[in-house]
Amino acid sequence: MNQRAQYHPVAGTFAWIAAVLMFFPIFWMFLASFKTEIGAIATPPEIVFAPTLENYSTILERADYPSFALNSVIISVGATALALVLAVPAAYAMAFYPSKRTKSTLLWMLSTKMLPAVGVLVPIYLFAQSLDLLDTRTALVILNMLMNLPIVVWMLFTFFKEMPKAIIEATRIDGASQWQTVVLVLLPLVLPGIASTALLNIILCWNEAFWSLNLTAHNAAPLTAFIASFSAPQGLFWAKLSAASTLAIAPIVVFGWFSQRQLVSGLTFGAVK
Amino acid sequence: MSHANAVAGAAPNAARRAKSIGAQVNTLPMLAPAVGLLLVFSLVPLAATVYFSLLRYNLLNPAIHGFAGFRNYYYLFKDPALYHSLFISVVMVGEVLIVTIGIAAVLASLFQKQFFGRSIARVLVISPFFVMPTVSALIWKNLFMHPVNGLIAWITRSLGLGVIDFFADWPVTAVVFIVSWQWMPFAFLILLTALQSLDEETREAADLDGAGPISIFFNIEVPHMGRAIAVVTMMETIFLLGVFAEIYVTTSGGPGDSTTNLTFLIYERALLAFNVGGASAAGVIAIILANILATFMVRIVGKELDV
Repeated sequence: MNQRAQYHPVAGTFAWIAAVLMFFPIFWMFLASFKTEIGAIATPPEIVFAPTLENYSTILERADYPSFALNSVIISVGATALALVLAVPAAYAMAFYPSKRTKSTLLWMLSTKMLPAVGVLVPIYLFAQSLDLLDTRTALVILNMLMNLPIVVWMLFTFFKEMPKAIIEATRIDGASQWQTVVLVLLPLVLPGIASTALLNIILCWNEAFWSLNLTAHNAAPLTAFIASFSAPQGLFWAKLSAASTLAIAPIVVFGWFSQRQLVSGLTFGAVK
Repeated sequence: MSHANAVAGAAPNAARRAKSIGAQVNTLPMLAPAVGLLLVFSLVPLAATVYFSLLRYNLLNPAIHGFAGFRNYYYLFKDPALYHSLFISVVMVGEVLIVTIGIAAVLASLFQKQFFGRSIARVLVISPFFVMPTVSALIWKNLFMHPVNGLIAWITRSLGLGVIDFFADWPVTAVVFIVSWQWMPFAFLILLTALQSLDEETREAADLDGAGPISIFFNIEVPHMGRAIAVVTMMETIFLLGVFAEIYVTTSGGPGDSTTNLTFLIYERALLAFNVGGASAAGVIAIILANILATFMVRIVGKELDV
């Protein structure tokens, strides 16, 4: 036990060096977002400079920036909400009333998650085209929801599984209906689990790029696609790229810090605990 | 309901429990929407890909149509571009796996020790995972790897080492570098989770026997992380075979076809050349490859899963 509490200055030094190196690109981008365009490409690089908010105001004033941001919000929140609506009952049923098929159903769901998106690019593109869904948020909401549905079901299943069954039984014996049991007893217990599942799912949808780049042009393009438009070779707009990038990643990186644990269980499907 | 009967037959205890909770519960309406949607949306596009792969179908030239049999596959297998893209996919995935798992294993070993500001340092290490792929690719490409104004060019020039034009001379390495930066945190978090379950006495005993930190790392910690490393390898391989956005915004598969992996090749055939038949045939190959990997992953997960 005292071994655990003991501090390791050498290991700590190396760990901190690694941490600083890993985070440095994000920090450097953040710094560049407050430079002038000339300052952002200056060599030697500017370390001390008069910060300007000009890049942020330019980006925010661009008529279309809010629409990209709004698309990102609608797509990730919409896909997450839909996924929860479908996944909560399914996970509840499998966790509390398991049958012989439950295990194979879960594993089958996992295997659909492993289908490569590019393998179905052609039919999805053509379906979207024929249904007039190209460059619509509807298409991206549906695709994001389906892509992450297996993860959502799995995470919720894991949370529901940990709920004490005795409480549910006691409530039932006390005469509560199935519906009352779920709403009054179970829901408050699993709410934290649902919240962290939603959080991880929002992160995954927010950063989704494959379908965003291939199925949207402008109307439904989320921030991942907006940032990609900076790859055009005309001119070096690094300060504006940095400002737009900072805006695009800031909320999600912070969300990410809160979902470290769920990330492991969610993305390894419980194979690593 | 057959559900309840099946349970009753299998385990009387479970049946009693199910009964006391409410044996008449019909789980079908709760399961059907999720399972049904997933089933439709995984089978229909899959079947469509296979079907299109058997057609002569080019969106640019509607005059060409009809059943092609296996001709799309025949041309695809004769096409050196397929083998080249598969080679690039394997090289990228392999290099990223070695880099990310190697670094993550060492970092996990450092981070399971107690040190000043550990939780803040951990947050810094994992942050790149939450940066959207188009942002990380463009920030690295411009702010860091640009041959004239990039930070790395400035550093190497100041050291008198000259300048490396990453995306012209080392395009695969450059993409691998960016993708590794994004995925190392994923491997790190999982390996750290695995290492935290290593019981302290084993390590203490090794310590008392005079084993150094390097010996403890290789002889105790790495074997303990074995299964987690296998899981990371499979999950990363599945995600990394699909690397697209990073290539799309940095090299567009070039110079030439030097960074065209299988995913990017299919994208080019489908949405740039509008060759539906050829792209679908390549898509079928991607699906088969991913399925082989998925089988192993499902087996590992299945062992851990008790319902």
